[in-house]
Amino acid sequence: MSDPAAGTDGADVDAALAAAWRAHWSHLVALLVGQFASPDLAEDGVADAFEAAARTWPRSGVPDNPGAWLLTTARRRVLDRLRSRAVHRRKEPLLIVDEQLRAVAAQTQDPGAHVPDDQLRLVLTCCHPALAVADRVALTLRFVVGLRTQDVARLQLVQHTAMSARLTRAKRRLATAGIAFTVPPPERLDERMDAVTTVLYLLFTAGYQPSDAPGGLRVDLADEAIRLTRELDRLLPGRADLRALLALMLLQHSRRDTRLDAAGALVLLPDQDRTRWHHDEIAQAVDLLGTVPPGDGRAEEYRLQALAAAEHATAARPQDTRWDVVAARYAELEARTGSPVVRLARAVAVAEGAGPEAGLRLLDGLDADLAHHHRLPAVRGELLLRAGRAAEAAAELERALGLAPAGAEQDHLRQRLADARTPG
Amino acid sequence: MRFVVLVYQDERVWLEADDAARERWTAQHAAFDAGLRDAGVDLVATEVLHGVDAATTFRRRGDDVTLTDGPFAPTAEQLGGLYVLDAPDLDAVTGTLGLLPEYTLEVRPVAAL
Repeated sequence: MSDPAAGTDGADVDAALAAAWRAHWSHLVALLVGQFASPDLAEDGVADAFEAAARTWPRSGVPDNPGAWLLTTARRRVLDRLRSRAVHRRKEPLLIVDEQLRAVAAQTQDPGAHVPDDQLRLVLTCCHPALAVADRVALTLRFVVGLRTQDVARLQLVQHTAMSARLTRAKRRLATAGIAFTVPPPERLDERMDAVTTVLYLLFTAGYQPSDAPGGLRVDLADEAIRLTRELDRLLPGRADLRALLALMLLQHSRRDTRLDAAGALVLLPDQDRTRWHHDEIAQAVDLLGTVPPGDGRAEEYRLQALAAAEHATAARPQDTRWDVVAARYAELEARTGSPVVRLARAVAVAEGAGPEAGLRLLDGLDADLAHHHRLPAVRGELLLRAGRAAEAAAELERALGLAPAGAEQDHLRQRLADARTPG
Repeated sequence: MRFVVLVYQDERVWLEADDAARERWTAQHAAFDAGLRDAGVDLVATEVLHGVDAATTFRRRGDDVTLTDGPFAPTAEQLGGLYVLDAPDLDAVTGTLGLLPEYTLEVRPVAAL
């Protein structure tokens, strides 16, 4: 135990709790699902353990081994619930030896080392074809990543209450439909891959849309997404969808150290220090892309996105960016997906190549689809500002501010709003 | 765990089928039985039902009881039979259902009470 006196500092305990949540949530859920075969029970147990930590750590101090403490607590809570509900499915007596607990806890105590396959099983279970696609994504973000419901809702562009109801329903279905906590045989793995790659990419994106992480990025989420994608690429070698997705992630992730400045403010692509990009990862991604032939479906979507990202990553200076190529990739992607978010990205590329007015024209008609999405008014405000239409720009940037998550994005919007209101 | 598989089909398909079609279905059912064994799924029980012409629907509202001839819901596809299976998980069940003729199948886990 650390010194209890130090434990009374609320900020320290909060930081320790947040760190423990990030480091252990999904491992704990995966381990408990593996043991008790009930996702709902597992999640409740882990939630109970964190709640207990929030109550006791301020008094007794943060334990030396928070993961082990949480696992022990979570497991006891699950057993308590099983006893009280008398729905215990296993035949063994309910005797948990401390020795055993410590052995399993040791596995969760090794950040960065081998991650048990439990987590991969959990991803594949959450992506079972008997679940609705939106539910698969939501469950994975909630269970595997431990995102809060409001963050899952934000990532999927739906209202918090709707997401809450969806998660409750999906968890009930996962628990009752007879879905197994296993990695399916290769011939049945295929049908889950679209959902799995969607989830992995959302998980990756979550790392770059921090809502509450001080200092901005949750690089660990992006790392986690890349790790899981590599793991799957190892399990299923030669799949175009996984290859292209991995390349896409590596390209975007290679800029992680330059996205925010020392003060935590957002640094836009043209202003980033390109010498600090991870060029080994860029090279690896370009090599990976070289092995992916043009194709169809999800794989082709990832390939086109990765090709667009590669244009940025391989331009030595911002002015060397081939914006026409980037815009063409997005146009192809938009034709395939009809996605309003792709249209938004295309508008930005077109504006860079052909001027802000050309970009603005592409934003017409997106408002209904992206009603709660701060990026649309943010981009529109930016382009209006560049077009010299400051008053209109200010109105859009204000709207974006009201929708954007707190942190670097809001700070950036505030800065641009000030620019829009400065005469000149 | 146990699953009930409810078998729905358009009865006219069965009534209007020729001998070749019936033979094909019989072979598919035999393949399904073998597939269950291969997948480690136990066939606990199975029943084939008479058509909805033979159905009686019983409704009670308070003390009022009404009997009506015909099915509960007049849809094109009607319940024609059921299986009770004991299987390790849902995948083991759905992995074998493809061997059956083209029915619409509803899989419902049995609640452990």
